[in-house]
Amino acid sequence: MLNRLFTDPLRLGLAQALAAAIVAFAVVLVARGQKIHLERDTAIALVRGLVQIIAVGSVLVLLLHSSRWLGAPALAAMIVAAGITSARRAKGVPGSLRVSTTAIACGAGTVIAVMTRLGVIDRAITTLIPVGSMLIANAMNTNGLALNRFRADVLAHVGEIETALALGAGSRESVGPYVQESFEASLIPAIDSLRSLGIVWIPGLMAGMLLSGSRPIYAAIYQFVVLAMIFAASGLTSLVSTLLIRDQAFTDAEQLRLSSTA
Amino acid sequence: MTILRIEHLGRSAGDVTLVDDISVDVQAGEVLAVVGPSGAGKSSFLRLLNRLDEPTAGTVWLDGVDYRQIPPRELRRKVGMVTQRAFLFPGTVYDNVGYGPRQRGDAISEARAEELLARVGLSGYAGRNVANLSGGEAQRVSLARALANVPLVLLLDEPTSALDAEAKAQVEGLMGDIIRDAGLTCVVVTHDFAQASRLATRVMMLQRGRAMRIGPAEMLHA
Repeated sequence: MLNRLFTDPLRLGLAQALAAAIVAFAVVLVARGQKIHLERDTAIALVRGLVQIIAVGSVLVLLLHSSRWLGAPALAAMIVAAGITSARRAKGVPGSLRVSTTAIACGAGTVIAVMTRLGVIDRAITTLIPVGSMLIANAMNTNGLALNRFRADVLAHVGEIETALALGAGSRESVGPYVQESFEASLIPAIDSLRSLGIVWIPGLMAGMLLSGSRPIYAAIYQFVVLAMIFAASGLTSLVSTLLIRDQAFTDAEQLRLSSTA
Repeated sequence: MTILRIEHLGRSAGDVTLVDDISVDVQAGEVLAVVGPSGAGKSSFLRLLNRLDEPTAGTVWLDGVDYRQIPPRELRRKVGMVTQRAFLFPGTVYDNVGYGPRQRGDAISEARAEELLARVGLSGYAGRNVANLSGGEAQRVSLARALANVPLVLLLDEPTSALDAEAKAQVEGLMGDIIRDAGLTCVVVTHDFAQASRLATRVMMLQRGRAMRIGPAEMLHA
């Protein structure tokens, strides 16, 4: 219907974005009926997401015609932005920005570097940036989930943790079970994506490759490659993140310093 | 012999003073009860004694050593604590009783665990899952767990206030016997004056974080 009303691709895109935003907001209004208030956060996230992706699209147009050496700084900037975004999921956790940025840099950065070196990710900026951004974005989500879960678990088990400390346990031992649970919980989306690949979910990258004329089998295999890389980047990010945040939650004298306020 | 010298101890959080310039000596084998109304700073004071919280003023000398010089894990083994709720770890009673010694790499023997459990009236409970214990039993396991570290000083933070009347009487009687038999040095926080006078040799009354009076337990009857 919309493609009959709009022939200009830009206007059609904006109309499609508006339609999708209306559907997303309708869900928010249904949630409001259950006294779940997400209106403000959702409105800001939708507008911000649209502006950001248009800006990124414009930057990509420039990057695609620029030197391949711009790839690394562009990915580094994405990692910093991802660190800032996911650190917000750990309000009250001291040093969450440093932990998030380090974890995403270690997780996504290592996988991108190794896979580029092995030739799994093409060095061409047209591949490096989109595939790299997928790994960074997923690492960011995993990091946010891990930190959020860790914070919630620790705050819900202050009594148990301080009992362990009072019995002479070290800070790391006292939060050991919550580190493990945060790590496992944060990887559920990545594991489910791999499990449901091709059955529930045919990802955009594969569709894009098919549309651009790649052989279907190669497109399918490469999609698996991307998801496996996402899993590796997410897993490494979550591991680094939970191990680093474990120490941030305590003072040097092994006193719990996590608070429920920002 | 002074085992615990508390010297101008204080703690503030932001603008709020939780513990205000408390000085008191606790002798070996003495039981000091800390009493006062809700919000008087009793638990805040107790948490400073095993350094679960950091003092913002003053310090504590444990057996002649400034406790900031003692590694926190070692300090907390020497200054044991039993809290209002037992907070048992998932597993068996034996797992819980052996928790402290395991933290320093020592496995507790079954005989030693049984001896500790017998002291708290729970002979034969070692293999039981903690999920199946009553509130009073759980609190007695937490007492045995704290004793397994052989502490120099035992801190008791409202140890019976979460229990029903029957369990409260049992646990209090048991604690009194253990403290007297072993000659344990204790600091007991309680809002219950009658309990304080039954357990303690000396009493410190707190109000708004300050020690208003320190004297023999008999002063509670005055």
